[in-house]
Amino acid sequence: MQNPPAIHFNGIEQVFKGAGSAPIHALTALDFTVGRHEFVSVLGPSGCGKSTLLRLLAGLIQPSAGQVEVFGNPVTTPRDDVGIVFQKPTLLPWLSVIDNVTFPIKHKQGRVGEAHRKRGYEMLDLVRLGDFADKQIDELSGGMQQRVGIARALLLDPDILLMDEPFSALDALSRDEMSLELLRIWHERPKTVLFITHSIPEALLLSDRIIVLSERPGTVRDDIIVPFDRPRSLETMADPRFNEMANSIRRRLFSHPVNAAAGGMA
Amino acid sequence: MTMVTEHSGGNTQPSPEPSSVGDQARAAQLKALIEPSAPTGLQKVITILDRFTPFLIFVAVLVVWQAATWIFSIPTFLLPPPTLIVTAGFAVEPAIWGNHIWATFRVATIGFAASILIGIPLAIALANSRFLTRTLYPVLIVIQSTPVVAVAPIIVVTLGAGDLPRVVITFLITFFPIVVSTTTGLMATPEELIELSRSLRAGKSREITQIRLPFALPYIFSALKISVTLSIIGAVVAEFVAANSGLGYFIGLSTSFFKIPQAFAGLIVLVLLSLLMFRTVVWIQTRCAPWSLPKSERH
Repeated sequence: MQNPPAIHFNGIEQVFKGAGSAPIHALTALDFTVGRHEFVSVLGPSGCGKSTLLRLLAGLIQPSAGQVEVFGNPVTTPRDDVGIVFQKPTLLPWLSVIDNVTFPIKHKQGRVGEAHRKRGYEMLDLVRLGDFADKQIDELSGGMQQRVGIARALLLDPDILLMDEPFSALDALSRDEMSLELLRIWHERPKTVLFITHSIPEALLLSDRIIVLSERPGTVRDDIIVPFDRPRSLETMADPRFNEMANSIRRRLFSHPVNAAAGGMA
Repeated sequence: MTMVTEHSGGNTQPSPEPSSVGDQARAAQLKALIEPSAPTGLQKVITILDRFTPFLIFVAVLVVWQAATWIFSIPTFLLPPPTLIVTAGFAVEPAIWGNHIWATFRVATIGFAASILIGIPLAIALANSRFLTRTLYPVLIVIQSTPVVAVAPIIVVTLGAGDLPRVVITFLITFFPIVVSTTTGLMATPEELIELSRSLRAGKSREITQIRLPFALPYIFSALKISVTLSIIGAVVAEFVAANSGLGYFIGLSTSFFKIPQAFAGLIVLVLLSLLMFRTVVWIQTRCAPWSLPKSERH
């Protein structure tokens, strides 16, 4: 192994001390890697620690045991080369669209230089909101707000993009539209993407690989390679294999294996 | 086109035309639906009534008041008619008015400003420290639970003559809503925004200035609107206890000489001053933080 993988979850255990109650074992023996510029979705039942996994990678929390590595370096604090798109757009309503996009640099350095401002406009063009730069946040639809969130995550040109169910708050149509937009953006600016979702079709449409987590304590139950050719479109969903795979993943998710830990690599 | 507009005036929508009608007519029809149609006479009257209703009600109350004092021949020292109040108001020299208004305005504004300058940093401290919350909060609640009107004479004795005791009394009345609301706003900042800040490794002070405080602005402005009217109350209470100028003093003096119409005139000036200060806070909010207002209140 010459080059270390972009992301490596190395034997992660995560235990949260509950407030007075019994501690919660969120993740156990979690072990998988993501290659550079790979698009990997993490799928699992709710409460299986998907978001915990993302927070670990973002450096917002530290694992109880094991190590999270980014390009071979252990993650101890939040990193500039990891951009995050949150579940809600998490925008600042007192700032205009462009000021929201450049907010990371304003927040880090106190002011926004000309170069970063230009980069902000470039990112807005990339998410097709170039004409909305001076609008206020509450003038945008939910889908547009999430585009701003993506533009903001891309501002510092991170190698890794973390997305925490970014489209879950959108209606079904906007959701499909945003999925295709994300694929387009990913083709224009290749990134390593870790995409948390609870939608099987979404995971199949977007990803190179799908990591299926078990119920709590979460661990890798399946590691599925998605075979569909790129570039993908809504036509991909018409592929007969698409439904087959969706059904088999669904069956796996709802079945209770005798030994979750042994379910490891498929 | 104007023909269609006129026909479709009012709330009635044009009935669907037969399909034989040309595209042009249909376009005109659509346009008439989109464009505001010329209002009818009745609508105009309703619009005018709607705009002037508060004023009309105000006038109506004055008329009833005036009539009641005549019809029931109410003694002027019990309830003077509005005309007498206005006359009494104009009988006082403008310079004297100016002096009293300025005294009350000065005390209210300084007390209000002090409660902002002390209340907001205090709220930031409370929001960031469990220790301070546990030690200071009970003290604040005790202060708030003490009737300031009852403490006012003591404060005047302790702090002596001058504006200081009056400013302190005003401060004690106004600062609690500011501290409580600001703390609530700072604490109500969504967890995701805090995670955003932490993921950028921006440090605590930027988290407060660039995320928590702006987020708390709607809460802060609600508190300011309450406190600015309380500041006039504080100033007047202080003037009742000990003062030689100010509108509270003026009203007290007028009543002690049984100049009830003049006392009412002082009251009206006081209400106007309070409204003016309230409107100023609203104006600042609309100018500086329009996003913190509901959409319907932005202009």
